[in-house]
Amino acid sequence: MPAFPRSSARAAADSQLRFNLRKATHTIRGKRANVVAELPDWLELRAAGKAIKDHTLRNLDRYLIQLERAVTEAGGHVHWAADADEANRIVTDLVKATGETSVVKVKSMATQEIGLNEALHEAGITAYETDLAELIVQLGDDRPSHILVPAIHRNRAEIREIFLDHMGEWGRPAPDGLGDDPRALAEAARLHLRERFLTTKVAISGANFMVAETGTLVVLESEGNGRMCLTLPETLISVVGIEKVVPTWRDLEVFLQLLPRSSTGERMNPYTSTWTGVTPGDGPREFHLVLLDNGRTDVLADEVGRQALRCIRCSACLNVCPVYERAGGHAYGSVYPGPIGAILTPQLRGMDTPLDASLPYASSLCGACYDVCPVAIDIPTVLVHLRARAPHEPAERAVMRAASWLLARANRFGAVQRLASRLRRLIPRRAPGPGPLAAWTDTRDIPPIPAEPFRDWWDRTEGGAR
Amino acid sequence: MTPATGSRERILARIRAAVAVAPEQRIRRAYRTGARMPRETLIELFAERVRDYRAIVHTVAADDVPGTVADALARRGVRRLVVPAGLPGTWLARADAEVERLADDPPLSAAELDRTDGVISACAVAIAETGTIVLDAGPGQGRRALTLVPDYHLCLVRAEQIVPRVPEAVARLDPRRPLTWISGPSATSDIELNRVEGVHGPRTLEVVIITD
Ligand code: SF4
Repeated sequence: MPAFPRSSARAAADSQLRFNLRKATHTIRGKRANVVAELPDWLELRAAGKAIKDHTLRNLDRYLIQLERAVTEAGGHVHWAADADEANRIVTDLVKATGETSVVKVKSMATQEIGLNEALHEAGITAYETDLAELIVQLGDDRPSHILVPAIHRNRAEIREIFLDHMGEWGRPAPDGLGDDPRALAEAARLHLRERFLTTKVAISGANFMVAETGTLVVLESEGNGRMCLTLPETLISVVGIEKVVPTWRDLEVFLQLLPRSSTGERMNPYTSTWTGVTPGDGPREFHLVLLDNGRTDVLADEVGRQALRCIRCSACLNVCPVYERAGGHAYGSVYPGPIGAILTPQLRGMDTPLDASLPYASSLCGACYDVCPVAIDIPTVLVHLRARAPHEPAERAVMRAASWLLARANRFGAVQRLASRLRRLIPRRAPGPGPLAAWTDTRDIPPIPAEPFRDWWDRTEGGAR
Repeated sequence: MTPATGSRERILARIRAAVAVAPEQRIRRAYRTGARMPRETLIELFAERVRDYRAIVHTVAADDVPGTVADALARRGVRRLVVPAGLPGTWLARADAEVERLADDPPLSAAELDRTDGVISACAVAIAETGTIVLDAGPGQGRRALTLVPDYHLCLVRAEQIVPRVPEAVARLDPRRPLTWISGPSATSDIELNRVEGVHGPRTLEVVIITD
């Protein structure tokens, strides 16, 4: 995997990718702004979301133990995985114990993060992705490029070709004479996957939230592939990062408002499923929860960086990021692209590779990501913090070279930056008054204000040459 | 026991070390909760928001429910209909005698469900502001698969089941039951961001709101 600068330069040269990304990010961003503006209490919800997550992280040991007890009492089984290998081993053993050799999967970033599909494959188990975009990615032997719309780098003609060429290798082939109308393509996917849903006995999922108080798991989705996986198989295995826990059932009233509006720009996503252990006569007979660390406790130990664990994976920060828009998701070399990827990946994996060391530079610090984040993760501050930790010189020089490439023709970019940096001056470095916000800023600053917008610096110094 | 026990203790120890000096956070809930709305407003808002998802919506008095249901089934050409236990019998009183009613007892297999034309159900709670219907597998709703596999879902919502916003719905629901929150029919935007209804869940959602 090349460092971010090189891979992003390559992506920026791909005009189809750039066009698709731009269209997607701008469309979703517009929809999001509309539905967020509908809620007069958005800022209060955001503050509550942030506080609930911080409180949970502060007491994570307690809530995980409570969750474990609640899931177990409701008839589920809980497993703890310190790293990717252990999680893969646990899941592989669980699948093997069922005697099955195929599983259906609902889109899950945690299982992508640990390379579960590959591990299962080595054990002779085929994992079928069932989310339409994930299916496109899987059939095309490709990688996701966006959290919410993983196949956004593909257009309809490419999708048609992927379906015609590869569906047959995985099961029911694409219908003869398949056209490239999205409706026809979605129908082909429906037919291809339906047989699989009706016959597969093991499913693997992630979860958006886990409720410590009740042991309830929550999945938000649109297509119904999630419902299929959570309902029809006999065994359900959920692999979930330890940071996904929230204390109480009531806390969902916050996140079920924040997440759909921030993510797809809808008031509510088409389907949300919640389940607590097993329910006799309804859904899987056996439920396993695999709690995944895989670097999360390292993130938690970093006083500044730990706020990345508040992330609810809405992808709003991707859609406003000028660097992501030009670089594309693949350039980040991780399942977590965009601004959140730039702070989460190097913390989860460490900064030993050139790619991971360069990620904290994959940003212009314009602050747009912080403004849209529904749990108020101060991404710019974490980026600056991580830059100080990265092997400095080479990463910085490499990214400056890439930046010249990316930003050369982006006139608008300078204006955005200057505006952001001007607004920034209005933000106090400490939150006013007593209360939780102020308590938080007692120990840290609100983002440092760039003395000069990146673009101006660039013009003045000709890219740092002077 | 298994090595997993070792990981449990290791992860918990790492967490404790990581947050030992982190400041405690207080949770303030300054957002809106406990909203109240007149019944007419609730019904109107809910109907409008469900329509936004391209679902079919009817608003009728209780007396008109059997006729509305019969018309809907006829228009759709439903011959084989899944009927969950506990569904009020009067709702189907005027449906065509030709419509075969399939009970889930003994449980229908997934393949059998796949061969039906649709399902009729009640619900547990509905949310006006988001146009969301919540099923909790209670009377008239059946287990989760019943409203998932058939391609058409006809759902009846009684006015007193509609709450203004998400917080009021969360407060009413029992997390120990398996819940399905439905906002419009199944949909995807994965192909060039074009919205297409019906990928895996029901392609058509038709909602009858009972006003009294
Ligand atoms: S960092 Fe914030 S905006 Fe970005 S995906 Fe996570 S929650 Fe969403």
